Amino acid sequence: MFGIELSMIWAVLIAVAVFLYVALDGFDLGVGILFPFAKDSHERDQMQSAIAPVWDGNETWLVLGGGGLFAAFPKAYAALMPALYLPIFLMLLALIFRGVAFEFRHHGRKSGKKWWTIAFSGGSIVAAAAQGLVLGAFIQGVNVVDGEFVGGALDWLTPFSLLVAASLVAGYALLGAGWLVFRTQGELFERARGWVKQLALLTALGMGAVSLATLGVDPRVTYRWGLTMTSVDWETFIVLAPLPLVAGGLCFLLWRGADKGQHLQPYLYTVCLFLVGYVGLAISLWPYIVPFAMTPSEAAAADNALALMLWGALPMLPLILGYTAYVYWLFRAKVSDEAAYH
Amino acid sequence: MDFDALLLSRLQFAFTIGFHIIFPAFTIGLASFLAVLEGLWLFTKKPVFRNLYLFWVKIFALSFGMGVVSGVVMSYQFGTNWSVFSAQVGSVIGPLLAYEVLTAFFLEASFLGVMLFGWKKVGPKLHFFATCMVAIGTLISSFWILAANSWMQTPQGFDFAADGTMVATDFMQVIFNPSLPTRLMHMVLAAFLTTAMVVAGASAFGLLKKKALPESRTALRMAILMMALVAPLQLVIGHQSGEVAHRYQPAKVAAMEGWWETQSQQPTLLFGWPDEDAEATHAAIGIPGMGSWFVAGDANAELQGLKAFAKEDRPPVWITFWAFRVMVGMGLIMIALGLWGATLWFLKRVDGATLYQRALVLAAPSGFIAVLAGWIAAEVGRQPYVVYGVLRTADAVSPVPAGSVATSLLVFMVVYAIVFSAGALYILRLMAAGPDTDEPPPKETSEPPGSPLATGVKSAADKGA
Repeated sequence: MFGIELSMIWAVLIAVAVFLYVALDGFDLGVGILFPFAKDSHERDQMQSAIAPVWDGNETWLVLGGGGLFAAFPKAYAALMPALYLPIFLMLLALIFRGVAFEFRHHGRKSGKKWWTIAFSGGSIVAAAAQGLVLGAFIQGVNVVDGEFVGGALDWLTPFSLLVAASLVAGYALLGAGWLVFRTQGELFERARGWVKQLALLTALGMGAVSLATLGVDPRVTYRWGLTMTSVDWETFIVLAPLPLVAGGLCFLLWRGADKGQHLQPYLYTVCLFLVGYVGLAISLWPYIVPFAMTPSEAAAADNALALMLWGALPMLPLILGYTAYVYWLFRAKVSDEAAYH
Repeated sequence: MDFDALLLSRLQFAFTIGFHIIFPAFTIGLASFLAVLEGLWLFTKKPVFRNLYLFWVKIFALSFGMGVVSGVVMSYQFGTNWSVFSAQVGSVIGPLLAYEVLTAFFLEASFLGVMLFGWKKVGPKLHFFATCMVAIGTLISSFWILAANSWMQTPQGFDFAADGTMVATDFMQVIFNPSLPTRLMHMVLAAFLTTAMVVAGASAFGLLKKKALPESRTALRMAILMMALVAPLQLVIGHQSGEVAHRYQPAKVAAMEGWWETQSQQPTLLFGWPDEDAEATHAAIGIPGMGSWFVAGDANAELQGLKAFAKEDRPPVWITFWAFRVMVGMGLIMIALGLWGATLWFLKRVDGATLYQRALVLAAPSGFIAVLAGWIAAEVGRQPYVVYGVLRTADAVSPVPAGSVATSLLVFMVVYAIVFSAGALYILRLMAAGPDTDEPPPKETSEPPGSPLATGVKSAADKGA
């Protein structure tokens, strides 16, 4: 269609869905990660109010990511999911606790509320870490023979995947802090500004470490960036070198934004930072949809299935983005004690 | 029996989907009920409808949340536990599930935020619109998921590609497969009935406890109307669904009915103990010829029994047989309660009929039981195939070690037990408390019903803090 392979269009669409998930549910999970650092129960109520109307829509991007992978790239889905069995399972469990805690926290009485507060926070932390493990295991590649996963149950557990998990927890916390700067005021706003500054540093460190480690997972990645053990292909490297520089610049901007008391900018800069990391990753792993084993065209569903879905996605995605934007606009005001009533 | 990855994966799927279906079965009906309540509130301005809306929307929020989290599990489980199935049929039913996400899930999830938190942020008409979008979303979602599942029951419009995977030759045939119309109707009506039974039970409880009387009276009548109209209709639709199953899945029908011999004058068994080793149904009590008459419209019609199928092609009989009976039994109870209620209503004796109200409280979970039993009959009766006649369940499982699946199954059981017991507790607590019926000026009752802050502040105020 339009001279481009359908499988490539769908690879891009799913990549966009996953990115939207990270940018949106990332701040929900981040707020949960920051729960233990709140002053008191009332402050945690405010933090949850800042995300309660939108979290469900945000999580739906994860369903589109999973469901879309199944529908558009069934062979990639069939190869990846068994390989990632345990971290995916961990993520689903954590998302259960996180998701029900939105309602349960306010129906529980004294001990119940305490327990669901822990469940919300623990669920957010574990879900973020599990997604990091999934990402780490994905980047380091999956052992596939004839389209079927042939590795062990714990292949995903490596120092690299643990590093990615830790970095992603920090990154989500940064998104959450940025979101709280946008949606809260007063004491909590001040506290969130402080979190942004600390987490910007932590996230920058994590991203740097993951980027360097990614260069080591496979010679193809190193080569992509124009590097080998002994030499540098300057022509390739120079083209790509701006990415880490832009990332560094964004970290500085968001740190300064929080310092100056800007409201929406810290969150937006963080999203841009994630985008830079995401693009860098895409460059590293291109053209694989299952790293080092399958390309989109090898993993794709039949063309008529991809075409049918594209005809649905073309009108539906703008519509979805439209009403999602409307809901965000509706709940754009700062959370306050009165905010919930008006 | 060996606890291998296959058996464990089947148990896990049955367990997780069984838990999941409870919530959609309830929220599909409840979303429509809420839309009707809000519409009536807008139209009549009677506070009783607003109070009912604000009461049931809290229960909806809890149930919907549990439906969402248990549903996300399903969208990944196809891959983690049934990767061969996913690779085989992805090109055929994948698009159906993708359409479900695109046309239903986002709609529900986004407008749910407005529904729960927008009570004072948007005008009443826009809020009503949001409720309607959520209700429509649940119905669209049922369409796509039933289309996918019905295709797995009665597959058509597909072929095999060179690499052995299935591809659609005609998506219209895939979507509108033979069993879709009746099974979709059957499920949506089941959801409406499930909600009606819960609403009836909770309202009857309110009347028995003399709580929120105007609200309980109104809601009880709405539920009786639904029961009296839909329960008999459900019998008709269920019967048609059985006819379709007989045409395309005769082994399933034979297992549901406990028939072993192929013969004319097949009976309808009221009781029996199917025995797969003896290939017979012991202690059978039935009405001869009624089965043939029901399924084929002629008491003398010769219908296939299970012995007409090779042993390895037969579904587990005992479960299918009894699940079917439980479903039908619940359906008959609902019909009876609907007629009883309509009669009392006609005699203007609903509000004082304590015996009837007690019966309704007792029957409140009957819809859930019927939905679960019905799905068990449908899914177990489809065995040993996951795509009927095409792909065996045993050939669809992921190459994962049994240890991984055992771990996930055990933890799922523990976690679901904790989470869904807590959810049930909170819902029952809300039901026991009943709707707010004191009638303060509209502005003060207009707090956003699902707002954490609102509830938090309110409960703090309650404690005098």
